[in-house]
Amino acid sequence: MAYAAGVDVGSTQTKAIVIDEAGRIVGRALTDTGANVIAAAQEAFGIALRDGKVREEEVDYVIGTGYGRYKVTFGNAQVTEISCHARGAVHMFPKTRTVLDMGGQDTKAIRVGAHGEIGDFCMNDKCAAGTGRFLGAASSALEIPLGDLGPTALRAERAVKISTTCTVFAESEILSWLGKGRKVEDILLGVHQSIASRSIGLLRRVGIEPEVTFTGGVARNVGMIQTLEQALGMKLNVSPDSHYIGALGAALFSLDHIRASRAPARAGGKA
Amino acid sequence: MQKPPPAPPTILGRGNAEGAKLVRRWFEELDATARAGGPSAYVFVMGSFAEVLRCFDLPLVLPEINSIQTAVRHVAHEYLNEAEDYGFSPDICGYVKADVAVQLRRGEHPMGRIPRPALAVLTNACNTYVKWAEIWERMHKTRVFTLDIPGTRAADRKSPPGSSSFENDRRYVEGQIRELIALCEEITGKKFDIDRLRRHLGWSNEMNEAWARILELNRGKPSVFNALTDGTIYLGVSNALRATEEGARYFRELAEELALKRAQGIGTVTEEKYRLIFVGVPCYPIFRRFNELFTEWGGSFVCSTYLWFASGGANRGFRFDLDRPIESLAEGSLLSVRDAMDSMFLNDRVTEEMIEEFGIDGVVYHPIKSCRTVSTGLADGRRALMERKDVATLFLESDMMDRRVVSEAQMKNRADAFFEGLAARRQREAAAAGG
Repeated sequence: MAYAAGVDVGSTQTKAIVIDEAGRIVGRALTDTGANVIAAAQEAFGIALRDGKVREEEVDYVIGTGYGRYKVTFGNAQVTEISCHARGAVHMFPKTRTVLDMGGQDTKAIRVGAHGEIGDFCMNDKCAAGTGRFLGAASSALEIPLGDLGPTALRAERAVKISTTCTVFAESEILSWLGKGRKVEDILLGVHQSIASRSIGLLRRVGIEPEVTFTGGVARNVGMIQTLEQALGMKLNVSPDSHYIGALGAALFSLDHIRASRAPARAGGKA
Repeated sequence: MQKPPPAPPTILGRGNAEGAKLVRRWFEELDATARAGGPSAYVFVMGSFAEVLRCFDLPLVLPEINSIQTAVRHVAHEYLNEAEDYGFSPDICGYVKADVAVQLRRGEHPMGRIPRPALAVLTNACNTYVKWAEIWERMHKTRVFTLDIPGTRAADRKSPPGSSSFENDRRYVEGQIRELIALCEEITGKKFDIDRLRRHLGWSNEMNEAWARILELNRGKPSVFNALTDGTIYLGVSNALRATEEGARYFRELAEELALKRAQGIGTVTEEKYRLIFVGVPCYPIFRRFNELFTEWGGSFVCSTYLWFASGGANRGFRFDLDRPIESLAEGSLLSVRDAMDSMFLNDRVTEEMIEEFGIDGVVYHPIKSCRTVSTGLADGRRALMERKDVATLFLESDMMDRRVVSEAQMKNRADAFFEGLAARRQREAAAAGG
């Protein structure tokens, strides 16, 4: 049995996926990226191998993706996370025609074809508003763990309007709302709506065609899913593995390579 | 096509080397003028009226090119910071701010000293030109002459030559040119010589003809010049040496060199995989690197809207009628400045034509923070184009001067994804064709 792998080195977290020849996920890993990007990639790959009970030499091809893709030194090739999220999303939800990937520092809207090919894409520029970092700022200002932000926001009664488009200034705006006596839940829903609004702007630039699949780390946030669905007026495809979809796409590209030609043994050290 | 006569192999690469030399020499001459305290005329790339100004021996300064030079020489930030310290907002055009710093430094510039303007000649092709010239007016009491060129702003190019509305517009421009001539006489104390204007128009004719031919040569595969990198050198010469014998010779010889490359199948990249259009103004702070983001994938910029709108209309190959020089200059100026405006404001139409003519695989849009005039309509233009043509596009936002808003890592990520999409598209097309 040959295996293929994808390692997605993101700005905040590194994800790794190992798949078998049928494209089924057999191992996965999620680690913090930290300052040592090479080590993070190796660590994630190692964990995914152990999770899938796969030996390293059984993996015929590895593709690195994400901002740190060129630091996946043990890999065979690199593919952008834009292509990988498109590919992974269509594999998971075959009717996907639009992908919204919300990560730690960037948000991407991608229009895809039936085979996961990119039709058009658009990303946030120069600014982290509308990304996971905006939630990070809220988490810090309100002293609420990231994982609790979504459920807390869903208990809101009347959302505040977060007007700043700057992630740094968002903290001071949140504090000013607290100073005015607004409930934490209302403030958090405002934060979610603000992010959703910017993300939908990106989606509109590429054209929103159903089905829409939500990927990336922020796709684990139930509050963000619900806010987006209400604003878009449609259900989103969201998988429990949504944050692995970039790595999955990379693994699927690896599998393509294996199928097209039996790849030579990987050059590179142990994970 | 008839094969050109055999030429010595040494002419390959001559255009770029000679172009760089000519631009250096032009700056040396400006430096000498500045040190002697001589006057100069400040003009712009979208309609310089060089033919008139050269009749009065006024050295031409192109502030836009001065500013570009600070960026490609990696010192633009010093100039921008100085202008911002002086009070200009970060949102103001980077070209303007770099020039303001040059003026504050009494002409000090990486290429030598820049003379002060005795006269500034501009058109309404760019709305910033007008406010820019007002700065020199305040700083140096420069005489400013603004030519109001009626634009069509009509997608179907209404008001063609021969129509009554065109003739009205042409007469309007002609009247302004006659006023400009009178102003030049007043400033320089020299009498206008219409035969001299004929000679300068004749050299512009030669340059225009060669420029149009050069652009056409890139329709063939592989491309014989890179519209972004090589093209910028050509633009420098076409603006700095417009209406001169030397400029005409340069473009004649450049056309000869590129025709040889065409005949011998010599391209700009080892293997031209993707033919691209560049829409907008280049990213000068990382000029070479920006291009490499594309060439390392086998992408080559075969044409650009920049070569259209910043060539002073040379792209149209317009021939001035030397029997009626002022009337014809008005006609040519009207057409070329209008064309420059159309290339910016109706970029989707221009780009659509280029896709067919040049066998294009993808279109790269480069909206820039510093120039709203060029950039504002690009998102709409891109959307309009994609509704009409099944063509891959890439939208990269940065700047032509300000490295603070140039993120190479982000641009590379987008460029890589663009090429991955192009490769997938090509695979699908090959599969559909049974290849």
